[in-house]
Amino acid sequence: MARYLLTRLLSLGLSLVAASLVIFAVIEVIPGDPASYMLGLNATPEAVAALRDELGLDGSLLSRYLGWVAGMVQGDFGQSYTYRVPVAELIGDRVVVSLPLALLALALSTAIAFPVGIVAAARRGRAADYAVMGATQLGIAVPNFWFAMLLVLVFAVRLHWFSAGGFPGWEAGVLAGLKALTLPAVALALPQASILARVMRSSLIETLGQDYIRTARAKGLSRRLATRRHALRNAMIPVLTIIGLQFSFLLAGAIIIENVFFLPGLGRLIFQAITQRDLVVVESVVMLLVFAVIVVNFAVDLAYAAVDPRLRRGGRR
Amino acid sequence: MQIVIGAALTALFLGAALLSFVWTPYDVAVLDIAHKLAPPGADYWLGSDHFGRDTLSMLMVGARTSIAVAVLAVGIGMALGVPLGLAAAARRGSWLDEVIMRGNDLIFAFPSLVIAILITAVFGPSATNAILAIGIFNVPVFARVARGGALSLWTLDFVLAARVAGKGAARISAEHILPNIANLLIVQGTIQFSLGILAEAGLSYVGLGAQPPTPSWGRMLADAQTMIYTAPRLAILPGVAIILMVLGLNLMGDGLRDLLDPRVRRARG
Amino acid sequence: MIRLEDLSLTIGKAEILRRVSLDIAPGRVTGLVGESGSGKSMTALSIMRLLPRESRVSGRIILDDSNILEKSERQMCALRGNRIGMIFQEPMTALNPVKTIGDQVMETLLIHTGHSPAEAREIAREKLARVGLPEDRFPLTRYPHELSGGQRQRVCIAMAIALSPELLIADEPTTALDVTTQAQILDLLRELVREEGMSLLLITHDLAVVAGMADHVAVMQKGEIVEQGATEPLFRAMRHPYTKALFEASSHAPARRPTATGEAILTVSKAVRDYALPRTRLIGPAPVFRAVRSVSFTLNKGESLGLVGESGCGKSTLARAILGLEPLQAGEIRAFGQPMGPGFPTRLKAGIQVVFQDPYGSFNPRWKVARLVAEPFHLMGTRPDDWRARVARALEDVGIGGDAMERYIHEFSGGQRQRIAIARALILKPEIIVLDEAVSALDVSVRAQVLDLLADLQAEYGLAYLFISHDLSVVRAITDRVLVMKAGEIVEEGATEAVFSAPAHPYTQALIEAAPAIPAEWKVHEHGQAPVV
Repeated sequence: MARYLLTRLLSLGLSLVAASLVIFAVIEVIPGDPASYMLGLNATPEAVAALRDELGLDGSLLSRYLGWVAGMVQGDFGQSYTYRVPVAELIGDRVVVSLPLALLALALSTAIAFPVGIVAAARRGRAADYAVMGATQLGIAVPNFWFAMLLVLVFAVRLHWFSAGGFPGWEAGVLAGLKALTLPAVALALPQASILARVMRSSLIETLGQDYIRTARAKGLSRRLATRRHALRNAMIPVLTIIGLQFSFLLAGAIIIENVFFLPGLGRLIFQAITQRDLVVVESVVMLLVFAVIVVNFAVDLAYAAVDPRLRRGGRR
Repeated sequence: MQIVIGAALTALFLGAALLSFVWTPYDVAVLDIAHKLAPPGADYWLGSDHFGRDTLSMLMVGARTSIAVAVLAVGIGMALGVPLGLAAAARRGSWLDEVIMRGNDLIFAFPSLVIAILITAVFGPSATNAILAIGIFNVPVFARVARGGALSLWTLDFVLAARVAGKGAARISAEHILPNIANLLIVQGTIQFSLGILAEAGLSYVGLGAQPPTPSWGRMLADAQTMIYTAPRLAILPGVAIILMVLGLNLMGDGLRDLLDPRVRRARG
Repeated sequence: MIRLEDLSLTIGKAEILRRVSLDIAPGRVTGLVGESGSGKSMTALSIMRLLPRESRVSGRIILDDSNILEKSERQMCALRGNRIGMIFQEPMTALNPVKTIGDQVMETLLIHTGHSPAEAREIAREKLARVGLPEDRFPLTRYPHELSGGQRQRVCIAMAIALSPELLIADEPTTALDVTTQAQILDLLRELVREEGMSLLLITHDLAVVAGMADHVAVMQKGEIVEQGATEPLFRAMRHPYTKALFEASSHAPARRPTATGEAILTVSKAVRDYALPRTRLIGPAPVFRAVRSVSFTLNKGESLGLVGESGCGKSTLARAILGLEPLQAGEIRAFGQPMGPGFPTRLKAGIQVVFQDPYGSFNPRWKVARLVAEPFHLMGTRPDDWRARVARALEDVGIGGDAMERYIHEFSGGQRQRIAIARALILKPEIIVLDEAVSALDVSVRAQVLDLLADLQAEYGLAYLFISHDLSVVRAITDRVLVMKAGEIVEEGATEAVFSAPAHPYTQALIEAAPAIPAEWKVHEHGQAPVV
């Protein structure tokens, strides 16, 4: 177990280093001189020189990279050029919207997908299964931001159950905050739940065909009991993979959905930063998103080990 | 059955996109404010938007954009991913395999939207960059599918027989492995095609895809959002187009999988 | 104890069983033999009522004066595992990989009885010890992947007998196991029947296994029981032609004309092959598994040399090294006087060809037979102009008609595929053919025909065979000389008949001892008659 943990941790560290190198290269090396890029074509040489100085561009590549990473490790993401405040502060304000949104959507998607997928697998080839397969086929095809607009149209414009957008801030109370995130989370979760339910179904169906299920039935377990005690845990292994992948989609989706609901999250921040060419903000937010995805995949690896004893002895998927 | 519905839907959009090159009901480049927000009727079958552009024409040209972006992105993914996956499988467990697979994991840590953001931040938004962003994300997908399929084939005796006949890894990959994973790749191709349609819509919705005046489904949705109170139709129609296109591709993919899967086929025969 | 009356079964449109009647007597072993597809497993699953969904059953299965086929699913659940236990062929997949063996044995007790978990654990411990897995060496907290195939089958048996059922159904319980492990599992089953007074329904394809185990035998063919009766009289009489054919095929020795010469064409000297194992530590060298440990032997022109050993002994690794597919870490392999390795002349490679075990995996399903058989021409650089004629001739040599050339491989049966594999090996007129478990996947009747073909081809072309197999009887029938391999080493070598009649090494003795055999005095002596299958 310790060995498995260690190798996964090592791989986590390597992934972070590799990802930071890629981001650094794309943002700071490829556009040529970031300072003149950020200031646009009409900038005076003095302004460019001043910004170069501010961004510390005169050091060597290596020292700049190390400085950037060292800063991030200490929570210092640099200074936003347009907002004139520390990027960490900007991100801190926004992440409390985006992260709860993604997590809420993940929880919702899982809560819907598991029972639906299990019922469809248990009633394979019957009406309930066809209904689930049809509904999820449709669910996969729906773009989440369009679904979000539809929700606004129905629940905000017509029924007035929710506000059409905006975020009161957590200061206004947890309930008010959750209410503002409900429609966005539903919009994000339903298409993902469709995918997850289908994966759950097919994985469970495959597991139910395994020899050890027949063994369990030969022991006298009913079909239901054999499913619950022997199939579910084994069927979770591919499902976990998809949950890990989904988190990265949800995070990306959250960025888009924020636009529909005018939520002050990371998505709004990064799109503003792109139009304002604020590279410092862009690279920090991207790094943060990638960090989140990598950490979630690490958590998925740990979950594998919890589910599957074969992995605990240092094996690999 | 599902493959027929799927193929019909796909053909419908493909046809509309191709038709748009030679004919659309109205010219989408011409703004006609006098006829703005016209309801659906004899003149404008699906109505017109706030600039008086015909919605049906916009959808037809938008289909062109969506399909072009998705097809090219799948092409990039296949062209790079399949050879990488085959190479990784042929040298299973070697440093090459390790490098390719770690590289894949790394790309997976950047969702296509994040790749698009990175590219856009540097090169500015455009349809080309949307293709690149979605295409790069497709590379590890195809590499994985190719490697997974190839690995199980490499354990089979006919590969050993080919090695006994003196064939090298590259020749075996081309002659024995690739034809036997072609069905997997086709099925994955339709899935990635439909995901590409969705991703393109998302990117152009947030302004990272095709730029005005090129019509695209995502942009139409973005424009319609401000008018959702007055003209919800403008927001609903492009969404329906996206859903039908994606649904068609997915149904076709599922149908192809059943058709091409030797296990299913054998059970039927 | 259980009586099957006119049991018929259809799955979808396929007729699987036809009017099967069988009496399973209490405290006795009933053997059910037949080739693959004869319906013997489906008979067992009918008793358990664990058939696939589209199945339709008629007839009666009588237990305690009531018909099992009329019981509700709830009543069946109470019966399964409690009064009727069952074990299956593939122990590697029969256990849930994410549950401990203790939990899996306990489960049988917990669902059928009111035992507390502590009591159930105690009984599970006893039962595991009873099947040869004492707790001090095999704690209840072990997971299946930490056990060998034979040990896992013991866990399955412990699970099935936890509640001392009246009937244990064993469906090919030892087919996936090595011969020595098979003997141990069969011994265990025999003891359990004697001590617990339980009935055993033993399903197998192997006549020798039933001969050694069963009190009563039923022979199945195409869904019907063609003959049944007390074991010894049935074997002595062999009334039904199918029983007789099965018996003759299983002990079939092809007529061979000696072609062996004293001219060595392949020499293996002190060959060593290591594999890197998965790392157990992050730093330091990866551990190494030595699959082949300093093996030496020679193969002469026209000779048939057997290589026997149990799974994992390194015999297939050795074969791949001989074919030049894997490098050696030490020692040398010389073929036709040249050292095998990257510099081995391509044209000489044509002299060593191979036939593999799996008739299904041996061919690219997307190629036509002509192209498949012609693949070795790659060694010549270009295909000769008359390649199609040569393919046709090779196919003819193995008894496959010329129209096969334009067909795909899925249109052929397992036996035909193995013939096509032999044609592919013959196409370059090699001197050596490596046969790696080449007949192991075939039913006995087909196996006998392929063995005849191999003997004929050898006589005609003076081929040298390296015949690799785990099956002693096959090796005895087709080889001149034999090598016995254990854990990467050759422990005994000699003329086949000498080794089999007077094995010198304890391992060879154990192997021969463990191989099930039909008692010699039961056999009717009728030589010179080809099997009529």
